Amino acid sequence: MTYTQTQDSSIGRARHHDDEDALRLLESDGTRVAEPTLDPWVSDLSPHELRALHRDMVLTRRLDAEGVALQRQGQLALWAPCRGQEATQVGTAHALAPGDFVFPSYREHGVLLGRGAQPADYVLAWRGEEHSAYDHTTINAAPPQIIIGAQSLHATGWAMGAQRDGSTDVAVAYYGDGATSQGDVNEAMVFASSFRAPVVFVCSNNQWAISEPVTVQSEFPLAGRAPGFGIPSLRIDGNDALACVAAMRWALDRARRGEGPSFIEAVTYRMGPHTTSDDPTRYREPGEVEAWAERDPIARLEAYLRAEGMLDDGGLAEVARAADALAAEVRAACIGATTRAPETIFDHVYAEPHAGLAQQKADYAQYLAGFEVSR
Amino acid sequence: MTALTLGAAINAGLSEALESDDKVLLMGEDIGKLGGVFRVTDGLQKRFGAQRVVDTPLAEAGIVGTAVGLALRGYRPVVEIQFDGFVYPAFDQIVCQVAKLHYRSNGRIRMPLVIRIPWAGGVGAAEHHSESPEAYFVHTAGLRVVAASNPQDAYVMLQQAVASDDPVIFFEPKRLYHSKGEVDLDADLSDAPPMHLARIAREGTDATIVTYGAQVRTALDAALAAEDEGISLEVVDLRSLSPLDLNTIAASVRKTGRVVVTHEAAREAGLGAELVASITEQCFEYLEAPPMRVTGHDIPYPPSKLEKHHVPDLDRILHAVDRVLDRGAGAVTAAATPAGVRIDGGVR
Repeated sequence: MTYTQTQDSSIGRARHHDDEDALRLLESDGTRVAEPTLDPWVSDLSPHELRALHRDMVLTRRLDAEGVALQRQGQLALWAPCRGQEATQVGTAHALAPGDFVFPSYREHGVLLGRGAQPADYVLAWRGEEHSAYDHTTINAAPPQIIIGAQSLHATGWAMGAQRDGSTDVAVAYYGDGATSQGDVNEAMVFASSFRAPVVFVCSNNQWAISEPVTVQSEFPLAGRAPGFGIPSLRIDGNDALACVAAMRWALDRARRGEGPSFIEAVTYRMGPHTTSDDPTRYREPGEVEAWAERDPIARLEAYLRAEGMLDDGGLAEVARAADALAAEVRAACIGATTRAPETIFDHVYAEPHAGLAQQKADYAQYLAGFEVSR
Repeated sequence: MTALTLGAAINAGLSEALESDDKVLLMGEDIGKLGGVFRVTDGLQKRFGAQRVVDTPLAEAGIVGTAVGLALRGYRPVVEIQFDGFVYPAFDQIVCQVAKLHYRSNGRIRMPLVIRIPWAGGVGAAEHHSESPEAYFVHTAGLRVVAASNPQDAYVMLQQAVASDDPVIFFEPKRLYHSKGEVDLDADLSDAPPMHLARIAREGTDATIVTYGAQVRTALDAALAAEDEGISLEVVDLRSLSPLDLNTIAASVRKTGRVVVTHEAAREAGLGAELVASITEQCFEYLEAPPMRVTGHDIPYPPSKLEKHHVPDLDRILHAVDRVLDRGAGAVTAAATPAGVRIDGGVR
C-alpha cells in the first residue's frame, strides 16, 4: 500500500481534520518543497502548463463568484460554491486524458472547466431550465450528481467497461468527505478492488458536510480507509495544485497499467456555504475560516510562479481579463436562457414510446390548449 | 415447440441475448458457477465466460450502480437480484439513477438495463424472500415493469427487455419457476407480441379477472372451477405493469361489464388500486357492479406456514366473482368474508 501516514492512530485521530500531515509540494507561502512520492509526477510540468493551471483556478474562482452573484440576484435558484477547492478540482482535472470520464458531484465547477464545459453548462441546471445541461459525450462527464456518493458506483461500472474494452481510459469519481459515510461509496470500493477497475476516487475533504464536521464522518483519516479495501491511497494537501496534479497522475498511471483503483484524499476547505441556502456562521467559527484563507490555493501557486519568474503583473492582468470574459459569458447564458415549452416536461422519460405517458401528455396539451382558446 | 420450465425458458432467453449481442452481460450474486440460487443462469458462465456472466460481490446497490456505469460505457447489463426482498438496498440506484438518467440528460443517456427479480411468495420461503414490490417500481417514471406468467412469455419478453433501450424491471414468479409449458425457441422475435401488450389468457363473457405473474395461473384455475357453475370468466394477463395496456383491459371489461382485479401484493395503493381507478374512468357506463380487488393484506409478508392466508387463492377470487355477479350476496356476512376481500365501502 502506498498509504504512508502515521500508524499511530491516536495521532491520526487527533489531526485528521487538519492538513499538516498531508503530502504537499508547495507550502502555504508558495515555497517549493521536496516530496519524494509526488515529485516525480510533476518534474516535466512546463511553465506553460503551470500557468494554465493557475489560469484555470482563477477562472474557476471567478465563475464561482458569478454563480453566487447570479443566485443573489435571483437569476439562479441555487448555487454550490467551490471557493477554496480550486486546486483540488483544477489540479486533478488537468492530469486527465481526453478519453477519461469523470463522475462529478454538484460542486465540481473546476472539474467541468477542465473538461471543456461551455458557459451555459454551468448555470442552466441551477437556474432550473435543465437537469443536466451539458452533453456528457462532448466533455466526458456524467451529469452532476446530487445523491451523495451514488456516482462512485457509476464510475466503477464505467471503469469495468473500459477494462473489458481493453482501453486505457480511466473513470474518476469526485465526492466529498460526507460521501465516504455512504454505502454506495464503500460498495464502489469493494467492486473496484475486486475487479481491479481502472477508477480513481477523488475525495475532496473540505471539512464540512453541510453543518457536520469531518470528525462526524470518521475518527480516522479518510485516506486510511482505502487500504482496508485493498486500494492504495494518498492524503494530499488539496490546496496545493502541484500536489493534486502529481497525485492524480500517480493514480491514473496505476489505472492505465492495469493496477486498479486508487484513492486520493485531498485535504482542503470549503470557504463559503454548502450552498447559497446555507448559513455556515451557525456552525463554524470565523477563526477557522481565516486560518484556511491563509492557505489559499491560488495565492500559493501565484507566489510560486512569481518567485520562479513564470508569472508577472502583465500575465495576471491577462488571466483576470479572461476570467471576467468567462463570467460575462456565463451571465449572458444564464440571463438569456429560454424556458422550454410546457409539454417538454413529458419528453425523454423513456427512450421508447410509453402509452400511459403519451396519454398524459396529450391530456395536458389539451388542457393547456383550452387556455389558449379562452384568451 | 419445446416443453420447458419457466426457469429454463429464461435461461434460454438469456443465452440468446448473450449470443446475439456481445455488449450484453449478466451480473449478480452466485449466478456463475452455481448458476444462481434458482439455477436460472445455469451453464451460462461456462458457455460465455466469467467476463460475460459476472459473479459480483454481495452488494445490491453495487450491482445496480456499477451496471449503470457499464450502460454508460455502452454495455447492456442484465442484473439478477437474488430475491425480491433484497432489492431494497438497491432502491436508490434504481429509482434515482436507473429510472432518471435518460430524463436528466435530455435523452442523451440510454439505460438499457434489465433488473431480474425472482418474485413473490407461495414457495414456503424465509423472511424477505417472498415480497411483491412491484408498486414501488410502477410508481417510478422512467422504468418499465413486466411480469412473465408462462415459459413462452418468459423466453420472449426477456429478450425484448434486453433489446429495449429503457430500463426494465423483470419480475419472475418464483413459484412458477418449475412449471412447464411449450416454448417456441425458433420464434421470430419480430413477430412476437411486444411486451407492453396484455394477453387474453382465457376468453369469457360474464366477468373479467385482471391479474399478472403467478396469479394468472390461480385465476385460470378459478375460471375453470367457475365454468362448472356455468360462469364464463375472462382472464387478462397484464404482462406489462408499466405501461398498462388499458386498451385490452377496457375492451374486456366493456364486454363482460364486471371485473375482479387480483394480485398478491398488498392492497393499499397497490397496482389493483390503479387498475380499478383506470377501469372506472374508462368503463364506468359499462360496469354492472363495482370493481373488486382480491389482494394480499396490508401486512408484511407472513411466516410461510400462514402464507396461504395472504396469497389470494382460487376460493377468494371466486368469492369476489360472486360479489361482482351479485350471486349469493345476501349470504355473505362480514364475519364470513375472507380477509382481503372488500365487500363494502367501510372498514376492511
